[in-house]
Amino acid sequence: MTRASSKRAAAAQAAEPDFVQLLTPDGQRVTHPEYSVDFSDEELRGLYRDLVTVRKLDAEATALQRQGELGIWASLLGQEAAQVGSGRALREQDMAFPTYREHGVLYCRGIDPIMPLGLFRGVDQGGWDPIANKFGIYTIVIGAQTLHATGYAMGVAKDGKVGGDEGESVIAYFGDGATSQGDVNEAFIFASVYNAPIVFFCQNNQYAISEPLTRQTRVPLYQRASGFGFPGIRVDGNDVLATFAVTRAALDNARHGNGPTLIEAYTYRMGAHTTSDDPTRYRVASEVEEWQAKDPILRLRKYLESTGLIDEAFVTEVDAYAREEAVKLRERVLTLPDPEPGEMFKHVYPNGSPEVDQQAAEFAAYHASFEGAHS
Amino acid sequence: MSETLTLGKALNLGLRRAMEDDSKVILMGEDIGKLGGVFRITDGLQKDFGDERVIDTPLAESGIVGTAVGLALRGYRPVIEIQFDGFVYPAYDQIVCQVAKMHYRSRGKVKLPIVIRIPFGGGIGAVEHHSESPEAYFAHTAGLKVVACSNPSDAYWMIQQAIASDDPIVFFEPKRRYWEKGEVDTSGSLESAFPLHSSKVLTSGTDATVLAYGPMVRVALDAATAAAEDGRKLEVIDLRTLSPLDMGAVFDSVRKTGRAIVVHEAPHNLGMGAELAARITEECFYSLEAPVLRVAGYDIPYPAARAEEEYLPDLDRVLDAVDRSFGW
Ligand SMILES: Cc1ncc(C[n+]2csc(CCOP(=O)(O)OP(=O)(O)O)c2C)c(N)n1
Repeated sequence: MTRASSKRAAAAQAAEPDFVQLLTPDGQRVTHPEYSVDFSDEELRGLYRDLVTVRKLDAEATALQRQGELGIWASLLGQEAAQVGSGRALREQDMAFPTYREHGVLYCRGIDPIMPLGLFRGVDQGGWDPIANKFGIYTIVIGAQTLHATGYAMGVAKDGKVGGDEGESVIAYFGDGATSQGDVNEAFIFASVYNAPIVFFCQNNQYAISEPLTRQTRVPLYQRASGFGFPGIRVDGNDVLATFAVTRAALDNARHGNGPTLIEAYTYRMGAHTTSDDPTRYRVASEVEEWQAKDPILRLRKYLESTGLIDEAFVTEVDAYAREEAVKLRERVLTLPDPEPGEMFKHVYPNGSPEVDQQAAEFAAYHASFEGAHS
Repeated sequence: MSETLTLGKALNLGLRRAMEDDSKVILMGEDIGKLGGVFRITDGLQKDFGDERVIDTPLAESGIVGTAVGLALRGYRPVIEIQFDGFVYPAYDQIVCQVAKMHYRSRGKVKLPIVIRIPFGGGIGAVEHHSESPEAYFAHTAGLKVVACSNPSDAYWMIQQAIASDDPIVFFEPKRRYWEKGEVDTSGSLESAFPLHSSKVLTSGTDATVLAYGPMVRVALDAATAAAEDGRKLEVIDLRTLSPLDMGAVFDSVRKTGRAIVVHEAPHNLGMGAELAARITEECFYSLEAPVLRVAGYDIPYPAARAEEEYLPDLDRVLDAVDRSFGW
């Protein structure tokens, strides 16, 4: 890239993004020609409760890491609306394939928030049943899950489970950085060629660890879809209503047999990449402050307060509820058992292996020899 | 001039010096610019050499290695940082099919002086894919050279030697040793430095030979100290080069001690230990008092962090192997 063209690309990125928005940062409801929501008052209050709760649980996990109870934590701070909006848009029969940051989606699937914490504590590597939970195993290798999601969606189509309201949809989560991976681009191609019932949900949180979006793209990410032959759309990822509307429409489109959609949820990673990261090395405080003003929770709260749907008492009650959930989570994290000695030899193969069995036996004998030495 | 440096800092200085010595040396990788890499090995280099020479790449390992091939064809000497061992696999095709074979396919007309740095091994309590030891995959591939440093002085010199070499080199860095300190004599020239593709005897002993590389060298040295208390003298050899292997010092040592123990974090099956055992058996058969023994990772995926102590070879397992060798 020449210097001039790289400047142009940077300028294009800096321009105010064009996206679907239904709720402005200061809490105003706006309309969109194509997308709308018709939530009941109770559902709107529920979204607020979701957002506050997932943020609180996330903060608790960060604190647990700081206290040495988790090895690492990948915080969703700032991305609550992108995750709750898309997570609540899923229907029960839908399948989600997460990265390592989709704790909010997991929560909205009705899954116990303790489920991924073993991975971050280092006592297991996930260990859950992706099919039973309709929620894939966390995937750390960037982009790999987008292919798995595509293949799963191809299977849904083969099973004839598309074409009506009862059809199944699949959603694949990934980040802006992931869009550079071959796997993600190959997923787009397979999904397109096989008209798979899938939604590619990219949370563009502006960073891949330290690298800003300009390291990955010269065009807005959602525009990539057209080259692959399916629609792409950008949504205000800090707007839970718009994210819900856009995701619900794309999922329904897929379940009716109309193929994939790429959604770019435009948002911001308010915290560090993970607890191992130090963002002060690569971004300025003023940028973070700018995004603070677009906070996803604050805007919903303002809207609900201005319409009288919630009051101070409700806000206090939700905070208390979230705090209680966080306390429960903490208590249970502390009791997550360490792996049993020798547990690591289990589940290497469905049919077992004499070599692994032999090593497990040698391991047991070796450790028993120390116990003998102590007595 | 001798300085006390961490292994990470020694690599940083080695990279800096290589960049000063040759303007064609460029660094490529994820987060190596402003962040200085997740382990800070490239700290300050983008600031001093600019973003044309210290390049934050898109998040795509195949892309990094594949474009490095093109840059090398164009006369550059790319030095790639793979962020963690478990993330080299998207680039595996480019490394094995292209980097390793282009010299051969062009009948020697093309040289690809590419260095692929990979922080490897466990022991840092990380989540999955961050603790692997994939060296055998590369050592198994003709056309690639593979080395592993174990201490700050070697790190400083070996990285410069690797960059100066016209061979494509996979350069393994023992990530859990990045913070360990050692004396580094930074004076002198590359030419006079200990040769890159040579193993090095670290402690001389007469009773058993312990072969290690990368993070396990420290464990082997600790084992030698502990064994000395029991009156057993271990000869520890830091292999340093995994492909090609430098067997001269190894054969000499085993002929003297009659016993060999290979230590690595990578799994047993078809690991470096298998090759070493075969070669030692072929060359030193009549000197051996016991079979060559391996202390290695188990043949399972690298386990969760809280089980890694069970998985990783440690002092006790090395001493146990020494006992078993003597008990033969
Ligand atoms: C194949 C691969 N390469 C490198 C990494 C190291 N790594 C972990 S997260 C990350 C950045 C991911 O950025 P993005 O896709 O934008 O997602 P985010 O973490 O911002 O949600 C990198 C480079 C990895 N996990 N997998």
